[in-house]
Amino acid sequence: MIPGSFEYHRPESVDGAIALLNEHGDEARLLAGGHSLIPMMKLRMAVPSHIVDLQAIDSLHGISEEGGELVIGALTTQHEVLTSDLLAAKCPIIPEAAALIADPQVRYCGTIGGNVANGDPGNDMPAIMQALGARFRAVGPNGSRDIAARDYYEAAYFTELEENEVLTQIRIPTPAVGHGSAYEKQKRKIGDYATAAAAVILTVESGRCISASIALTNVASTPLYAEAAAGALVGTDLGADAVDTAVRLAEEITEPTSDGRGPADFRTHVAGIMVRRAIARAQKNAG
Amino acid sequence: MNAEVASVEERKQNLKGMGTSRRRVEDARFVQGKGNYVDDIKLPGMLFGDFVRSPYAHARIKSVNKEAALAVPGVKAVLTADDLKPVNLAWMPTLAGDVQMVLADGKVLFQGQEVAFVVADDRYAASDAAELVEVEYEELPVLVDPFKAMDADAPVLREDLEGKTEGAHGPRRHHNHIFTWEVGDQDGTERALADAEIVAKEKITYQRVHPCPLETAGCVASMDKVNGHLTLWGTFQAPHAVRTVASLISTIPEHKIRVISPDIGGGFGNKVGVYPGYICSVVASIVLGVPVKWIEDRIENLQSTAFARDYHMTGEISATRDGRITGLKCHVLADHGGFDACADPTKFPAGFFNICTGSYDIPVAHVSVDGVYTNKAPGGVAYRCSFRVTEASYFIERMMDVLARKLEMDPAELRIKNFIKKEQFPYTSALGWEYDSGDYHTAMEKALETVKYKALRDEQKANREAFARGETRSLVGVGVGFFTEIVGAGPIKNCDILGLGMFDSCEIRVHPTGSAIARLGTISQGQGHATTFAQILASEIGIPADQITVEEGDTDTAPYGLGTYGSRSTPVAGAATAMAGRKIKAKAQMIAAWLLEVHDDDVEFDVDRFVVKGAPERFKTMAEVAFAAYNNVPPGLEPGLEAVSYYDPPNMTYPFGAYVCVVDIDVDTGVTDIRRFYALDDCGTRINPMIIEGQVHGGLTEALAIAMGQEISYDEMGNVKGASLMDFFLPTAVETPVWETDFTVTPSPHHPIGAKGVGESPNVGGVSAFSNAVNDAFAHLGLTHTQMPHDHWRVWKTAERLGITA
Repeated sequence: MIPGSFEYHRPESVDGAIALLNEHGDEARLLAGGHSLIPMMKLRMAVPSHIVDLQAIDSLHGISEEGGELVIGALTTQHEVLTSDLLAAKCPIIPEAAALIADPQVRYCGTIGGNVANGDPGNDMPAIMQALGARFRAVGPNGSRDIAARDYYEAAYFTELEENEVLTQIRIPTPAVGHGSAYEKQKRKIGDYATAAAAVILTVESGRCISASIALTNVASTPLYAEAAAGALVGTDLGADAVDTAVRLAEEITEPTSDGRGPADFRTHVAGIMVRRAIARAQKNAG
Repeated sequence: MNAEVASVEERKQNLKGMGTSRRRVEDARFVQGKGNYVDDIKLPGMLFGDFVRSPYAHARIKSVNKEAALAVPGVKAVLTADDLKPVNLAWMPTLAGDVQMVLADGKVLFQGQEVAFVVADDRYAASDAAELVEVEYEELPVLVDPFKAMDADAPVLREDLEGKTEGAHGPRRHHNHIFTWEVGDQDGTERALADAEIVAKEKITYQRVHPCPLETAGCVASMDKVNGHLTLWGTFQAPHAVRTVASLISTIPEHKIRVISPDIGGGFGNKVGVYPGYICSVVASIVLGVPVKWIEDRIENLQSTAFARDYHMTGEISATRDGRITGLKCHVLADHGGFDACADPTKFPAGFFNICTGSYDIPVAHVSVDGVYTNKAPGGVAYRCSFRVTEASYFIERMMDVLARKLEMDPAELRIKNFIKKEQFPYTSALGWEYDSGDYHTAMEKALETVKYKALRDEQKANREAFARGETRSLVGVGVGFFTEIVGAGPIKNCDILGLGMFDSCEIRVHPTGSAIARLGTISQGQGHATTFAQILASEIGIPADQITVEEGDTDTAPYGLGTYGSRSTPVAGAATAMAGRKIKAKAQMIAAWLLEVHDDDVEFDVDRFVVKGAPERFKTMAEVAFAAYNNVPPGLEPGLEAVSYYDPPNMTYPFGAYVCVVDIDVDTGVTDIRRFYALDDCGTRINPMIIEGQVHGGLTEALAIAMGQEISYDEMGNVKGASLMDFFLPTAVETPVWETDFTVTPSPHHPIGAKGVGESPNVGGVSAFSNAVNDAFAHLGLTHTQMPHDHWRVWKTAERLGITA
């Protein structure tokens, strides 16, 4: 549990961070809250020679709403997300999920940007962001670009982010007023990754589902955007047949590994149960 | 307070003696982060050691190349088995009569085994260099399944034992066989089973788990080359035994070795044994002439340092149709890993597993245990229990439920019907133990009444009907458990470790101003000894507990003792404390009589003073007597007021208890919710009720962990799965239910103050209560037994097998 030696950098601007990434290439790693990277370094599964700590970059902190989008700075901690009045009012699924991440000590340090950027299939926020249709702003030597959360994840720990880019913001189209949402997560204990988890966001008008999105956590090497499952709900009254179809379609796209949380068939089954419960709860709090 | 006018009650309160929920004196430093743990020890010039460990479970070592490691700046030495051979330390004796490699000698037998020891200026350099030690391995066939250990074609694990047909505990009949241990009447038991109206049979596995104390194991070894003295600080549950073992294997004379256990962050059996890190640190300190520290990390601790359980038990229990038990048979296959490093008394290779007749009057029984080697880490320690007692308790308590199902009888009723009766004590069990005292019926009745057992069963019946109608997806389980522990090892006539009798000790010095220091041969790891032992003494000698310092753990100052594990501190060292106190009191009485100018027999002890019989206004307080002990003693009496007692207990003590667990199970997810847990403990005389309650809370939480999630498992290649706190289940407050505690008091008749010990009872009794509750939830669907741990996926699989998943 002793990391290898490394050089520590603390730039004060995004440009400064990018310059360091350009200089050191794949020997450099960005450090946000440190709750993914530092354990990996202690296990020597990651042995970066240069650590670029983003904490001192003021522009990466904060939560605001700009022109129909909720904008969350990458360095915003899970605790700040959890206690944001803006998010509680306009996008409650984010604080709801943040509360299920690890424990208070971790949430005081761990950041939402680190949670989504890394491509760790166990993290909760990636599926939330897919369900919300969020985009991640990446800033590199050639300027900035936005990457859809639904396109961002390639495989476990592999993402669309280039080695010399910094994920600076999460931009979420403000969900419709009156939407319903729920994140259902089964885990073995506080601090654990999900055995399976499901995020559901619905809008319902006069009993009919107008729009739906569903995403799944930790049942594949990436978060899963369950497009077909959500599609099975749109236009229905969310009756038993529609929900059963959505659950089946969600289960079908899972590819969990067997691990201490249980064998693959169990985790697929739990994913289905989580989808079912999340739909029910999202329906209940819609309107 | 004015001693002259205070009432007896006030004077008693002032002592804070036995029966008082006195606040723990240790906590002031612990809650401020001011404890002094082994990793807090920093000595000038101290170096740090780190291990190179085997990635393979079974492999031959072709070569070890240290060059690159030695080239790392700050690296002072890299030790391998070849370096330890000249000093005869490549292997070390285990507490179980086996030998164990200190560093891999020619081959490795488990993943994580210690291969080389790197010593450097700091931990970073040691860790960097450990990665650069090049070890060439040749993989060998791996033996993981203990049931295949004694197959004819099973790989030979212990080449050092080749041709040895006699082990430490009798004949070996296979190259991977360690011992067979048998107790009881085999023919009689077979007859009872053959003649029985009902026989229930079950295979019950108690999975491999790990004590996982918050502080991992570690030490600091400091050899003073000028005077030849070795000082060894470490996380030792038995510092005196460590000193003796260190002397025997290092040949340093015992008077030149000082072993110190500073504050210890939990032991739970994990810190009883001797580990390669200790030996390597000592050798490195001798070689390099400076202190060497070694502290293992969490993964090393879980992977290599003393697992617990791993007992595979096959039971048969026979009874009459109306539920009277007629016989019990048990065979155990015990997986000991690559070396037999159990920490049991020498004559008990399966510990006190023969307590497995439990709390029941079973006329005849037979137990046999086969220990085998596998490619897993060594251990088999008593994880918060007396030696193999939680395995025994789990076995009989599951068997009782299995039998109850077969008889279609309520499990509580079956237990009550077969309890040993109060008037049968002292009771000699079919497997040879003499139970000192008990009142099982009263405890069980109180438990069932408090939880409203009948109402719980009615609720369960309604729940099952609702479930069948499809109105709920949740099932209710009610687990009843009753346990009898056997603790306080133990009488020298049958208990020793490496030939050291399992007595314990207390030495008391009363100072002239009426305060005192007591030193014991035990060592607290969180139990609160400094608080409770002072309370025993306060009641015995009339000096307020607040004026008594209790000190343990330094072999240069404390009297010899066998340490703290197996709930032995109160039964053995607590008894020594009372006995030493009584010696103090006897001498004090003579001094008091002298001061009062009456005959010794004409004064009597009264809380904190000696009074003249019939004239209570004439008295001398203990403080006055203490001062007189240093300037005015009767002619012929030595000055001073000190005593020492080495206590060899006449028998073990037998705490018991009745536990009830109520669980709600979501059959769709396998999630279990412990709705209620009631624990009634009878530990005899209660010294500090608050500490007892704390012990019960902690022990139940560990029992919850074991029953509901803990497991050290291996894949077919012998890779340890989940040896970190990500996977190894250590419950937080969120997963822990509210504990309801209760008690009855049945003192031990042979113990000076009637105390029995309590630290381990909740683990021993708790595991089966949780497991019984989970099994009970599915009992109406035909389930008799499902294996622990009852984590989500296993519970769901059980529901799936029973055909009730969606």
